[in-house]
Amino acid sequence: MIRFDNVSKRYPGGFEALSNISLQLERGALAFLTGHSGAGKSTLLKLIAMVERATRGQIFVDGQNVSRISRRRIPYIRRKIGFIFQNHNLLFDRTVFDNVALPLIIAGYRHQEVGRRARAALDKVGLLDKERLYPITLSGGEQQRVGIARAVVNKPLLLLADEPTGNLDPELSREIMNLFALFNQVGVTVLIASHDVTLIQQLDYPVITLDHGRLLHSGRASA
Amino acid sequence: MKRARINRRRSEHHWSKSLRRRLSLRTWLLRHAQVAFDSLGRLYRNWVSSLMTTAVLGIALSMPAGMYLLLDNLDRLSGSWDGQASLSVFLKPRVSETAAATLAETIRNWPEIAGVTMVTPAEALEEFGQHAGFADVLGALEENPLPVVLLVTPGPGHGDPQSASELQQKFRGLPEIELAQLDLQWVQRLAAMLDMARRGVAVISALLALAVLLVVGNTIRLEIQNRREEIVVTKLIGATNSFIRRPFLYSGIWYGVLGAGVAWLIVEISFWLLAGPVQHLAGLYQSHFALQTLPLQLLLVLLGSGSALGLLGSWLAVGRHLSAIEPS
Repeated sequence: MIRFDNVSKRYPGGFEALSNISLQLERGALAFLTGHSGAGKSTLLKLIAMVERATRGQIFVDGQNVSRISRRRIPYIRRKIGFIFQNHNLLFDRTVFDNVALPLIIAGYRHQEVGRRARAALDKVGLLDKERLYPITLSGGEQQRVGIARAVVNKPLLLLADEPTGNLDPELSREIMNLFALFNQVGVTVLIASHDVTLIQQLDYPVITLDHGRLLHSGRASA
Repeated sequence: MKRARINRRRSEHHWSKSLRRRLSLRTWLLRHAQVAFDSLGRLYRNWVSSLMTTAVLGIALSMPAGMYLLLDNLDRLSGSWDGQASLSVFLKPRVSETAAATLAETIRNWPEIAGVTMVTPAEALEEFGQHAGFADVLGALEENPLPVVLLVTPGPGHGDPQSASELQQKFRGLPEIELAQLDLQWVQRLAAMLDMARRGVAVISALLALAVLLVVGNTIRLEIQNRREEIVVTKLIGATNSFIRRPFLYSGIWYGVLGAGVAWLIVEISFWLLAGPVQHLAGLYQSHFALQTLPLQLLLVLLGSGSALGLLGSWLAVGRHLSAIEPS
């Protein structure tokens, strides 16, 4: 699903965020991306999301070389990816329903289809009864679940989460992780960037560890 | 049906292509209507600032519209002048009153003539006598020196300077006629002034159109800045540039349309305020002239140019500022 071939990213000014990273994430896998802050987790996700471009090397997402993609094609590739952000990035002037429906509207689904899919996604994260509320009235955990519903609503092949539990207590964090596991079970590839080592160690999934922009370790946490 | 479903499923993996295909025309139109409505709703929710912007646009648009209408009215005034366009035809002194009456009858039958009034020397003398001071002078005269005068009114379609001039030439060709005087100079001067004013209005219109463009552009620029975060998020979840551009373009169109509406109101009210005094003035000149208010045609032009300027203004702003906003 995701393949990095000798990827380096150097920001203007000379700081090398990633050096010579090669890794692969199989279709249908769930993996954690970890490392101290500044290790390059965010940069790696940004490269997959085509927010940043690699200085060297090649990145493949679903078989497509995204390091070579034209700007016009980027939106269409991004629709294959569901993004979950630490600060949720919800739009606060719209209802929960409208937030979740946005990816479907962008993709041009029919009206009935938008309603059906958005409600299905809200149901999966247990917020169907709150669709008419505005995000500001929800708790942090609920806001994050809205963010997850929005990320999965158009059935992406890949879920990218950047510190999804960063602002949540352990109880809620586990709840969110269970949601990710649930989506993974139906075939979605999931990559979660997190520095919550305790939480990662409780779960038996592959871990990609970065250190100062280098790949330190890739495999099971327990191994 | 079944094959279509299979095809659709097969194409799930060719995303960009299938997405474009899924966007049927009906869905597309519905989306546009929705975005247009949303943009209007957004203007309504920030109604104070929307109202101020719209008022500025309305004032800017009302100037050219009002001035054009004023010119149009003046044009009509000089074009028709209610039969006031007349030729004073002085006959030669040797022409008798009976011969003059026959001539008047002949002229009356010309197709381009609306009417002929004959003023006999005696009538003219009496009229002169009514002016203070003339009576004594005229009394000293042994005989009436005045010729017969025919007051000729051109018919409809022959009152403009060009035709009236031609008519004047025609009279000069008649042997009985000493002098045919066209009371036209003021009309020609007015026409020249109107030409100049029209040029001025064109220049002012162009400047005000530029002002509308800048006002809309700046308003949209501010709106883009206010919604920066939203733009970033929508780009991250796969919105194309045209998807993001659309609501701003519709906002621009709405500003233009609403501005044109306000301009129409301003013009209507101003002309309504002017109508009374104008009628009074026209009455003093024994004219039935009445101000013509904004015709439907001009209203459509106003709405059309308003929305076009709004669209263009927002397009410029969007083109300049939207591409600068990328997720980081």
